[in-house]
Amino acid sequence: MYEKQKDLISAWQRGQLSRRGLIRGLAALGVTGATAGTLFNMMQTQALAADFDWKKHSGKGIKLLLNKHPYTDAMIANLDNFKALTGMDVSYDVFPEDVYFDKVTAALSSRSSEYDAFMTGAYMTWTYGPAGWIVDHNEWIQDSSKTNPGYNWTDMLEGVRKSCAWNGRPGGELGSDDAKQWCIPWGYEQNNLAYNAGMMEKAGAAVPTNMDEMIEAAARAQAGNDGIYGIGVRGSRSWATIHPGFLSAYANMGEIDLNVSDDGKLSAAMNTAGSKAFHAKWVKMIQDSGAADWSTHTWYQVGTDLGAGKSAMIYDADILGYFMNGGDNAMAGKLAYAPFAASGNGAPTPNIWIWSLAMSKFSKDLDATWYFMQWASGPEHGLFGAAEMDFVNPVRQSVWDDADFRARLSGSYPGYVEMHDVSAPGASIKFTAQPLFFDVTTEWAATLQKMVAKEVPVDEGLDQLAASIDRQLKDAGLG
Amino acid sequence: MTDAVLDRVPRRRVRISRKALPYLLSLPALLACIGILIPFFTAVAYSLQRYRLSQPWARKWNWGENYLNFLSDPSFWNTLQVSMTYAFLTVGIELLLGLGIALLLQRRTRFNNFVSIMLLMPLMTAPALASLMWKLMTNPGFGILSYFATLIGIEDFRWASDPSTAMLTVVLVDVWVYTPFIMILLLAGLRSLPRQPFEAAALDGVPRLFVFWRITLPMLTPFLLTATLFRMIESIQQFDIIYAMTQGGPGDKLTVFQVEAYLNFFQSTNVGRSAALLMILWVITYLLSNIFVKNWLRLREKQRGAI
Repeated sequence: MYEKQKDLISAWQRGQLSRRGLIRGLAALGVTGATAGTLFNMMQTQALAADFDWKKHSGKGIKLLLNKHPYTDAMIANLDNFKALTGMDVSYDVFPEDVYFDKVTAALSSRSSEYDAFMTGAYMTWTYGPAGWIVDHNEWIQDSSKTNPGYNWTDMLEGVRKSCAWNGRPGGELGSDDAKQWCIPWGYEQNNLAYNAGMMEKAGAAVPTNMDEMIEAAARAQAGNDGIYGIGVRGSRSWATIHPGFLSAYANMGEIDLNVSDDGKLSAAMNTAGSKAFHAKWVKMIQDSGAADWSTHTWYQVGTDLGAGKSAMIYDADILGYFMNGGDNAMAGKLAYAPFAASGNGAPTPNIWIWSLAMSKFSKDLDATWYFMQWASGPEHGLFGAAEMDFVNPVRQSVWDDADFRARLSGSYPGYVEMHDVSAPGASIKFTAQPLFFDVTTEWAATLQKMVAKEVPVDEGLDQLAASIDRQLKDAGLG
Repeated sequence: MTDAVLDRVPRRRVRISRKALPYLLSLPALLACIGILIPFFTAVAYSLQRYRLSQPWARKWNWGENYLNFLSDPSFWNTLQVSMTYAFLTVGIELLLGLGIALLLQRRTRFNNFVSIMLLMPLMTAPALASLMWKLMTNPGFGILSYFATLIGIEDFRWASDPSTAMLTVVLVDVWVYTPFIMILLLAGLRSLPRQPFEAAALDGVPRLFVFWRITLPMLTPFLLTATLFRMIESIQQFDIIYAMTQGGPGDKLTVFQVEAYLNFFQSTNVGRSAALLMILWVITYLLSNIFVKNWLRLREKQRGAI
């Protein structure tokens, strides 16, 4: 490496130079963006190695089970730096999301030691944790001999960090003092509005600020534009239909999924008057302004329809709006973002999906695996992924505070940073943590489908759902 | 090594007693059986347990409780009804279509041979891929079939997204994929039938419909039974088409056995219920197979008797 380039990067590390200044300086020296990124990472790697024995597990190898995702791409792009830093070898299998969680369940339930760590969502750990397939990561986080001093665990956004921690008691509060850290947040998604500004303007629809306005705006946008539908939300017969926009709005209206009694027993809370009123509105919104094939819509159709200009807005994962606003999408550059509070009072409280990393209890070397975990979820890789790749949304406050990252996002995706900042304080998992999560949410989605198809009235459907959930909870010894 | 050296090497002959020979010959089949029986009996054991992976502490033998619970579980009866409806509809339609096409292609001409090969193409497509293809074709926004539906005046036809047409849509996909299987089987059957009865009927001026009902169909019955057996067993175990298109929805409209068992295991990690569902499916498959095989044997005996 040329000394001048090294000096520039060292100056940035000492805080004497901004990141933008660093890149400008490197450009002046004839270094391309890609090479600058590599140099930058190499220097960061050297800095990391200064105050922690990263070579302790040199020569060892670990294997990862990964989902095909931009977060995975960002990690793989930076993996050589981890190998150089630790002297460890990392191999991995990447599977598409359709089959990914089946693969994880099969690997863990068979107690296979093939994979040392894997990607997961927090909801899944409500099965994996009690089943004894994953470890409580607190044991490593709190051990200063195993965790590098720059890891800065509390830099993780509080709502996100706590959402990955549960004490294992059905109905137990997430992030309580006795909670086990079942997984380490890696990247996350809030559920907010992404909309096609041109379509909304053409139809004279204002950006909604509460549930009633959203129903109205969706209908107006649909009526004011040819061949599109008003609002994209998920509708497939799956738990994944409940957790994004639907639960975010539901929770913001003050509704809950399950009651937890003083003696820890659970019961369904979907058939309260408030819940029925909310469901009625949601169902009407889909009937009036949703996709014709809503009941088969997963995140993929919701996102691609927005990107292709087939829908005016979506109430779903914010990163869908991010990805659809770039690349080869027909609507690239035409999308805008808004935080959304269904009640219209106070700040948004989006339910979140957290792509996390977890160590398998059957790993042959958990200490070595933790070296990878702390690197992959550390601030340096987070900043690299956010700045150089599409590692959004980062889970670390320090990355969100990075001026260059904010400038890049605001430049290409106007309004995205502001939406995140407004929603982040209230962003957390709003479900009741319990082992029957997938039973409850899948049946909830099926009931929603029946109500939208007018097979059953909302009141009756929710009463039936609650009765069925209560029966299942009792059968499982939880109710 | 030269030939001379080879000649000096004594040839070792392994002597196998006559008693051991049958066992030795059936050993590969026995090994294959073990490979099937171990998972089968494991599943039987699981079906007799209260066993959720997410609640390992609650795992215990509950013997027939999983099965007894089905009696009062409306979702189980729905699964049974949906599975049977799907199986009978698909097999029925495929038999009719397959027979019709086979009759049309019965005569050996270059054109017929070409068409019969072309018609086999859907069978070469993986059912999951065929489902994705149909999912695109039936998309209400841009699907070609939706477009055709509007051309004939059917507006807003929602295919698999609508509870009233979801079954029809998945049955269509199944029919598209599997009719060629029945067609080729029946075509082979038709072409192998003895010609004398047909020639005699032609000489006597017997009407074609009469020939079909009284000669063709009875002689073709063993082939029809074989085709029905294979398709019935496969249809009642349908998974990929339905899961790829609707995941069992809308609502509970398409929660057939395999989809329900899959969701119970992989999503709910309810191993006990999932295994019990599959056991019931096995019993149904076994009973259906028995009925078909017995009838097939009876028919064969009858035909031999007639000869």
